[in-house]
Amino acid sequence: MSKTTEKRPLLEVVDLKQHFPIESGFIIRRQIGAVRAVDGISFTVNEGETLGIVGESGCGKSTTVRSIAQLYKPTSGSVIFDGIDLVNAPREQMLDARKNIQMIFQDPYASLDPRMTVRTIIAEPLEIYRTRGMLDPSVTKDVIERRVEELMERVGLNKAFKNRYPHEFSGGQRQRIGIARALALNPKIILADEPVSALDVSIQSQILNLLHDLQKELGLTYVFIAHDLAVIEYISTRVAVMYLGKIMELSRSSDLYKNPLHPYTKALLSAAPIPDPVIERKRQRIILTGDVPSPNKERFGCYFYDRCPYKMEKCKTNIPPMKRIDENHEVACWLYE
Amino acid sequence: MTNATSPDTYKRLLEVKGLQTYFKTDAGIVKAVDGISFTLNKGETLGIVGESGSGKSVTNLSIMRLIPSPPGKIVGGEVLFEGKDILKLSESELRHLRGNDISMIFQDPMTSLNPFLRISTQMIETIRLHKTMSRKEALAKSIEMLKLVGIPAAEERIHSYPHQFSGGMRQRVMIAMALSCEAKILIADEPTTALDVTIQAQILELIQELSKKLDTAVILITHDLGVVAGMCDTVCVMYAGKIVEKAKTDDLYAKPSHPYTFGLIQSVPRLDKAHDGKLFSIEGQPPNVIDLPPCCPFHPRCHKAMDICRTKYPPTKDLGNGHEVSCWLFIDEKEHSHE
Repeated sequence: MSKTTEKRPLLEVVDLKQHFPIESGFIIRRQIGAVRAVDGISFTVNEGETLGIVGESGCGKSTTVRSIAQLYKPTSGSVIFDGIDLVNAPREQMLDARKNIQMIFQDPYASLDPRMTVRTIIAEPLEIYRTRGMLDPSVTKDVIERRVEELMERVGLNKAFKNRYPHEFSGGQRQRIGIARALALNPKIILADEPVSALDVSIQSQILNLLHDLQKELGLTYVFIAHDLAVIEYISTRVAVMYLGKIMELSRSSDLYKNPLHPYTKALLSAAPIPDPVIERKRQRIILTGDVPSPNKERFGCYFYDRCPYKMEKCKTNIPPMKRIDENHEVACWLYE
Repeated sequence: MTNATSPDTYKRLLEVKGLQTYFKTDAGIVKAVDGISFTLNKGETLGIVGESGSGKSVTNLSIMRLIPSPPGKIVGGEVLFEGKDILKLSESELRHLRGNDISMIFQDPMTSLNPFLRISTQMIETIRLHKTMSRKEALAKSIEMLKLVGIPAAEERIHSYPHQFSGGMRQRVMIAMALSCEAKILIADEPTTALDVTIQAQILELIQELSKKLDTAVILITHDLGVVAGMCDTVCVMYAGKIVEKAKTDDLYAKPSHPYTFGLIQSVPRLDKAHDGKLFSIEGQPPNVIDLPPCCPFHPRCHKAMDICRTKYPPTKDLGNGHEVSCWLFIDEKEHSHE
């Protein structure tokens, strides 16, 4: 993929697996299975781009970014950030690298501590790294104070509000606080886990514009999760479509929408409503039957087999590998063999 | 208001006239719904769009008389169901109306089913409350409804508990329950917000299909303009407790007249259109509805605000073909002095 752009890859995820054990037994706990939340995915994120991850709930989008941020210990695979394998690096080195990886969360109500003022919330990442002695010694309390004010202004909050508590702000303003906190350490990459899905339509576009501006000004790289395809298309350079812990299709954003290849991507795109009644009525929908199956069992065929309208005999027993269709488009489906 | 435009062949099923629902809080009076009017015809699908806090849900809870009182109170207006004012019904008449004539699907399928009871128990209870049926008949009816909404192996699955169903399945159960008494109006309060897009498409298709089959009128409350475009015949756009624009769906999208509607439609990123640069966005926050001044509540965020917008609420202007808008932009000078 690095051929397609001159930019170098900043983050590389190689065959990442994140399984959560299912345990049983009262005194002697034993593992009886595993939730295969992420089941072997690989992708690269280049510097300055936005990789969108789209998929239904339970497909492993959030787990993917949490594993990248090392909030979970991945079952196997590696996450290489700036040349350092975060999974196997010593803790100190991992923490130092992680300064550059920050997250924005979905729920602006749950992701801010109600008992902390805005000032403490935004300053917290700085304080944590300062007490660990991992920041430049020139960063003093005063410097942090000024940084907090600067960040608040940058995300569109009045700095006079810095001693207020989260409950005094609306959903959109809280999300701005969350963004300011993520920016505090001057990260290189921001993992945004559905940052706009809890917001109202008119506020959603404000936040999307803010993220867009910040990326331009600060040269940020985003991994952006959403279940709303239109939002993903708007913000992303490239898009990965996930299903049951696997990447089904990975493509440049514009190609994916013009020319979706995987049957799941096609269904997903056709299911997304378009706010225009004339187009909407003419559209042919591919309505998938059934629900997403349980991620608990090990699969030996295509992960989408149960719901696929084009399934073949081959798909039942063979997992399709990622196949490159052209330089910007990869798909995991036996139809393109 | 819509009398002149709605054809006589349609039977007016529900008429809301000047409905006002206020909540008394320590901070002041919240005018959650402040004088709204609309008509729902037989077999029609009406969309109510708005952001959180705009009064969409309160409107529909008021229609069902489900407003918790205190603190809430319906202080004015009429809700005519087949000519009868729902607001004047007694408790027992109301109980008959709910479920039999008007039923509701709630937003969150996870919390609107009782986790301790089997689906069968909950469905039988609903049916027997409204219809004189034996348990056996009610069970048969429930199974039939579950099959209708597309639940596979309904005979076995009806004895499951809600947690054994997925979100989409639970929403299907809710729809089955809501339709089991053959209600004439189905109020769907954000029925797909908690669901994924592919499941959303299934559920919307189902509501559409069933409403045709059973000739049910639907009120669809949503914040998703895409959903409205595909489902509804008529749309009401709500802002701060008032309907700011009301039109046939096609007209509304082709010619959004109120600056708020325009902004709302523009600010959604669209799959089918190329984009470059920034999204249109409505600046500022939705207003606090406590003690709103009697001006246009949208004026602080409006890019076309005039002096009069800051002092007086605009009257409703009919632009033809049932397209109504409440905005000073459409009131010319002569009418200004009249107002």
